[in-house]
Amino acid sequence: MQVHKYDVVIVGAGGAGMRAAIESGQRAHTAVLTKLYPTRSHTGAAQGGMCAALANVEEDNWEWHTFDTVKGGDYLVDQDAAEVMAKEAIEAVLDLEKMGLPFNRTPEGRIDQRRFGGHTRDHGKAPVRRSCYAADRTGHMILQTLYQNCVKHNVEFYNEYYVLDLLMVDQEVTVDGVTRIQKRVAGVVSYDLASGELHVFQAKSVVFASGGVGKVYKTTSNAHTLTGDGMGIAFRRGIPLEDMEFFQFHPTGLAGLGILLSEAARGEGAILRNSEGERFMERYAPTIKDLAPRDIVARSMANEVREGRGAGPNKDYVLLDLTHLEPAHIDAKLPDITEFARTYLGVEPYTEPVPVFPTAHYAMGGIPTNIKAEVLADNDTVVPGLYAAGEVACVSVHGSNRLGTNSLLDINVFGKRAGLAAAEYALTADFVEIPENPTVETEELLNRARSSEGGERVALIRKELQDVMDANVQVFRTEETLLEALRVIDTLEERYTRITVQDKGKRFNLDLLEAVELGFLLDMAKVMTAAALHRKESRGGHFREDYPERDDENFMTHSMAYKDPSATATSGVRLETKPVIFTRYQPMERKY
Amino acid sequence: MEKEPASKVELAPGVGGGGEIPTFDITLKVRRYNPEVSDEAHWDEWKLTMYGTDRVLDALHKVKWEHDGSVSFRRSCAHGVCGSDAMRINGRNRLACKTLLKDLDTSKPILVEPIKGLPVEKDLIVDMEPFFQSYREIMPFLISKGHEPAKERLQSAEERDRYDDTTKCILCAACTSSCPVFWTDGQYFGPAAIVNAHRFIFDSRDDAGDMRLEILNDKEGVWRCRTTFNCSEACPRGIQVTKAISEVKQAILTRKI
Repeated sequence: MQVHKYDVVIVGAGGAGMRAAIESGQRAHTAVLTKLYPTRSHTGAAQGGMCAALANVEEDNWEWHTFDTVKGGDYLVDQDAAEVMAKEAIEAVLDLEKMGLPFNRTPEGRIDQRRFGGHTRDHGKAPVRRSCYAADRTGHMILQTLYQNCVKHNVEFYNEYYVLDLLMVDQEVTVDGVTRIQKRVAGVVSYDLASGELHVFQAKSVVFASGGVGKVYKTTSNAHTLTGDGMGIAFRRGIPLEDMEFFQFHPTGLAGLGILLSEAARGEGAILRNSEGERFMERYAPTIKDLAPRDIVARSMANEVREGRGAGPNKDYVLLDLTHLEPAHIDAKLPDITEFARTYLGVEPYTEPVPVFPTAHYAMGGIPTNIKAEVLADNDTVVPGLYAAGEVACVSVHGSNRLGTNSLLDINVFGKRAGLAAAEYALTADFVEIPENPTVETEELLNRARSSEGGERVALIRKELQDVMDANVQVFRTEETLLEALRVIDTLEERYTRITVQDKGKRFNLDLLEAVELGFLLDMAKVMTAAALHRKESRGGHFREDYPERDDENFMTHSMAYKDPSATATSGVRLETKPVIFTRYQPMERKY
Repeated sequence: MEKEPASKVELAPGVGGGGEIPTFDITLKVRRYNPEVSDEAHWDEWKLTMYGTDRVLDALHKVKWEHDGSVSFRRSCAHGVCGSDAMRINGRNRLACKTLLKDLDTSKPILVEPIKGLPVEKDLIVDMEPFFQSYREIMPFLISKGHEPAKERLQSAEERDRYDDTTKCILCAACTSSCPVFWTDGQYFGPAAIVNAHRFIFDSRDDAGDMRLEILNDKEGVWRCRTTFNCSEACPRGIQVTKAISEVKQAILTRKI
């Protein structure tokens, strides 16, 4: 075991992690740990853009952006956080431009902007051009630009270091004569994939920026590596997870594959049609039609298929129609995604509509934080030195449904805030002594996976998990489907104790890595399902067919899921609630 | 304002396609190497039944998940944007996740090897550090000497287009590790580093073009390029790599950007 010492350790090198590193690295001794290489992170797969009310092409302001974000999240958004995000969006875009990001430009040479789902002028009157973009590879350009700036600032990376545990100690603190126990951060434990050795990183501040959990589903836009590791580590260490029942299904995944076709396609004028050639979104969202928020479009698509108007021989998808757009316009604005349609489905988008169906895309929930990106151990107790930003976190700016482009914005605004706060804390705080035998739990975890000889295959258990989540915890849910999912997950967990990892080596043992990842996936699937069972209403991305209405009286609250073995009815997950923060908008019926 | 598309259209019969996906059999041969076990590399092969929509990455996963868990390769996004899974497939550098099996000659075994010119760590995994070292040396970040404007710097659409092609790079190393000069001379910067230098040299906002041209004028710089076009053919993003290198050479000669 090797021990390293840094002021700040950042876990994850996607957009949020690298944005944090750029700030923290210039102020404090900082290390970034990633289980990949920095430029491999899934931020790079984001396509459409990043919204900010620059008003470069038409009238706009950050208050409208705040309203759209709150309404898009079906009023479960913490409004103080949404205000921060919409306000700081403008600076975040300008920061990236100054760092070198090659945004598309207007004829005047300013950053160009385009339409995106749910982003409107004057509180829902009409779509507005708010999304700043670089063709349909905005995420790629953000990831590259942030990495370039990390190189510029000599940020230290530990590549292919897989963080497996968070070290915290309980300390007595006395405030106003009252003594209580407080958790404090001591560091993290990581596994070096190249050598198979454990490395302990002692740190004053730890920032989790390790991304999402999209691989709990079969049909997903997410990378293989998005297995909820950061959320899982926090949960196992007693940190609650907020709003995990809300998972976004992106409307336009390539049918059968899940590969994402950006909402920018619809922003540029593409529309959805059913098997009858009908532009069905006119019925579901008469004002903004195909540019309604993702939860509404995904549900409408699934409904068309359920009612027999799906296209194709199995009537199991709908069609994204770009054929009325000029090929030159498509080439200029949407080159990559049309290439995906050609490569993977053999469809020519100039002349043929593209088969699409909703694909698992984004976790609205995650590790709870306040607007300073500080992690909360309950509804209001901060864990000193612990921060989270990006998809792993829940601040909550997305509420029950994230608007398109707001994730690239989230990572930039709250990544920056996390980096600044982590460095500032580290400059004043002392190191916390790392516990004795800091790697004991991690070694147990690895040894269990390595030494078990029960013969169960990791890939098979994972496939069955993904199948059960696709079938039961997808766009439509009922108590029955959710209980069925929990039942199956329990049996899969039992089988997981009897896996066999074939690779017995130390060097690049990715077989072992997949086994560990599956453990996190199982935990997170359980939390997501238990939280979905708990929320007996329909809101945003969570649609309960047995409770089809939004119920503000009983459920205008965040859910907080705690690990609790005594909660046997919900597979060891205890659900509590946390109030939503309101500033200026009262809940209204959500219509588009 | 573009005109609204029709509320309802007549669709062509069979539009969208789909339905039963055909299957076929392949033989996959993978170059294996694990210094924990042996200093010698060898080939392993598997016979697999695959679907018409499957890619080489799906075949590798099928092997790893159903036959031999020790087969090791990097991958992440699985649709050609993260750059993790560049490998030599039937002697050509490609991304495993963008290479459809049906586009290969499946009557013969499909050969999969690690990319060349970088030290092999295990099976298809190579040490990427020398590659990233070259990348870092060309100062791959915007250097602007003027006053920072309050809002964005202005750049015309034409100026933006000038370097658009080289912004597509995903640092997968398919180009660099297809270059015969790089195979024999590990000191050569290689096409990817030059592509990334190009991205900044021709960016109207950047003021350090001269410095980068000086770096690339080095004996291990652009003059090593022998214009074999392997790099352009290998690029999974369709970047015209050789053209970018020629433009950098031209800029060094004329000192005009």
